[in-house]
Amino acid sequence: MAVKFVRPKRVRLARDNWNIQLDEQGRLRHLVDVQGLPPQLITQILDTAESFVSVTDRSIKKVPLLRGRTVFNLFFEPSTRTRTTFELAEKRLSADVMNLNVATSATTKGESLLDTLRNLEAMQADLFVVRHADSGAAHFIASQVAPHISVVNAGDGRYAHPTQALLDLFTIRHFKQDFTRLRVAIVGDVLHSRVARSQIHALNSVNTGEVRVVAPPTLLPAAVERMGVHVYPDLESGIRDADVIIMLRLQKERMRGALLPSEGEYFQRFGLTPERLALARPDAIVMHPGPVNRGVEIASAVADGPQSVILDQVSFGIAVRMAVLSMCLNRGESQ
Amino acid sequence: MTGHIRDRRSTAEPSLRIIDGRVIDPANGVDAVTDVFVRDGRIAGVGQPPEDFRAVRTIDASGRLVIPGVVDAWARLREPGETHKANIASETRAAVTAGVTRLACPPDTRPVIDSTAVIKLVQERAEAAALARVHPIGALTRELEGSQLSPVAALREAGCIALGQAGRPVTDTRVLRYAMEYAASQDMRIVLQPSDPWLAEGCAHEGPVASRLGLPAIPAAAETTALAHTLALVEATGVRVHFTNLSAGRSVEMIERARDRGLPVSASVSAHQLFLTEMDIDAFDADCHVLPPLRSERDRNLLRQGVADGIIEGIQSDHQPHEADAKLAPFPATEPGIAGLETLLPLTLKLADEGVLDLATAVAAITCGPARTLGLEAGTLTTGASADLCIVDPDAYWTFEREHMHSRGRNTPFHGWSFEHRVSHTFIDGQLVFEHAPGDP
Repeated sequence: MAVKFVRPKRVRLARDNWNIQLDEQGRLRHLVDVQGLPPQLITQILDTAESFVSVTDRSIKKVPLLRGRTVFNLFFEPSTRTRTTFELAEKRLSADVMNLNVATSATTKGESLLDTLRNLEAMQADLFVVRHADSGAAHFIASQVAPHISVVNAGDGRYAHPTQALLDLFTIRHFKQDFTRLRVAIVGDVLHSRVARSQIHALNSVNTGEVRVVAPPTLLPAAVERMGVHVYPDLESGIRDADVIIMLRLQKERMRGALLPSEGEYFQRFGLTPERLALARPDAIVMHPGPVNRGVEIASAVADGPQSVILDQVSFGIAVRMAVLSMCLNRGESQ
Repeated sequence: MTGHIRDRRSTAEPSLRIIDGRVIDPANGVDAVTDVFVRDGRIAGVGQPPEDFRAVRTIDASGRLVIPGVVDAWARLREPGETHKANIASETRAAVTAGVTRLACPPDTRPVIDSTAVIKLVQERAEAAALARVHPIGALTRELEGSQLSPVAALREAGCIALGQAGRPVTDTRVLRYAMEYAASQDMRIVLQPSDPWLAEGCAHEGPVASRLGLPAIPAAAETTALAHTLALVEATGVRVHFTNLSAGRSVEMIERARDRGLPVSASVSAHQLFLTEMDIDAFDADCHVLPPLRSERDRNLLRQGVADGIIEGIQSDHQPHEADAKLAPFPATEPGIAGLETLLPLTLKLADEGVLDLATAVAAITCGPARTLGLEAGTLTTGASADLCIVDPDAYWTFEREHMHSRGRNTPFHGWSFEHRVSHTFIDGQLVFEHAPGDP
């Protein structure tokens, strides 16, 4: 009778490891998603950003932290706001900045994503800021780049937009301090939103009191509650007593499918108007990742009103991106 | 190089005796330690030798299993048209190292298997390789486009064993109905992978993992709605339909009810669906990108139960070898599929190790089960049948490694998995085409 061995557990490989984002010392190497970042690292990013807010308020808005470093903004999908704020952040850190709108160049000539990356690596890049239409693209790129290169996700498919989520955390912390007592409502197209996914992870990482998602079922991913949120099917109950309301952009193309009957009906049921905002806490803040569709998800009176912090988000966004970029690239030196 | 591979043209022993193995021949209800006798390429007897039998060669199979050659009902060989991925010679060679003696290839080659010329090409290449036998499945519609019937009678005469769409939809229900009626009149069976083309736009199972990863999701209803729709047409046309690559647990119940009502339907599942779930795609593992997608643990358990209950008669590889680049992209942009030929037998027999199936049911699911669903006379050790069989070491305890695969495609999520069963000998027509060399990886 042959000896039977005990079957070992399935071998888990390195690719299963989410800590692709951290180096051996636990410092930030890539920023692919908020998920997998230790809470103290999130706090460190926010604190570092705090120190950059004062830089952006000075008349000479430049620090030499990334002097001599080369950053490529690789946009496989068009973007104005995110690209501009990244570029500003990079320039304020004194980095050499190259912008590549790959959507209109290499890939249409049939070059593969990997070939594009290899070519840019050969140009001595230090960091790639990446936006791509496919979920998981940033994770893939981070897993493929040479060891000395960092990758920062500027939005990939429906998966993640971590700098947006971090700047939202920064904004909430700026106005509200203690996350544990807060009720935060995320309203709108969660299904197609990388912003919402990253926000949910970010808010849960800092132990936010309650994270709510408010949307019709056609705009919610399956089993969304497993991500740690409470689902509200209507706006009135969803924002009642909320401290923070985050409105998501409703892409116009969603209207052409069968997800919603019309823009008008959406605004009627889920549009944030001054009357509805009154259901939230009187000191509630209203946020939006932009660009705003006035009259679709939010009324102008709210977007421009006293509770709106939408423009603060934009300013803080530069500081948060400066923090992420400098932490990724200055790991050897003290911050 | 693992073991010795010889093609079927090499000189066979005129007679062979495999002694003292545990012979499992589910089609004949055999499960006993006994001898198998082979003469002139055919099974000459099990247990008792025929009269005046003299073995030229004797193989001692004590401590081993002796089973019919594995029949893989759904394996892509990539030839013609995609030979940068694999070819008939490379994949039929990989097949015999894993005990597969026959395989059926779906029609989505380039050009599509919708003409006698392509069938002849496939047959000639397979004959030239002279390893595992290849049975082409013809296209149900020309170019698989779902609009015009393919030349059914000509395909049958050229050697197609069935007709199918290789996962491509026939969106026009009227075309599907006529195709089914016509196939029935020609006594051809149809192999379909039930999938609603609109609901199936995506790359992962609609559930918590796809939601978290933001991957375009395919609900289980993509399969069950197409299955219900096709079952209604089976009832109307009477054609024999085999449903391949089931992924949703609910489908098992639907097949069971259809069979209880007397509909001529059967079903099979790919081996990976019995082991992996949506959880395995976490961290965007492109090797787990398959269509239909890996579903929930509950689905997986219902599929396993379906095999145990005999509702799902076959387990297949759904072999899809790819070049490395096909998986080097963001998850949604990678090509779906697993190179599964070499893990079919180890995974299926692992179900017996885990107590999911008894050994005879596991063996049946990769031998006589798929042969029956495809109308092939194979997968048995019946006296007079072609002597296609393999000897399996049940205590091999080995680790499956990408680097040691024989397929051109190395795209496997099973790298590093441990298995107990391993094929040590493969015979086709009584000829030893593969022998695992002890000590080789």
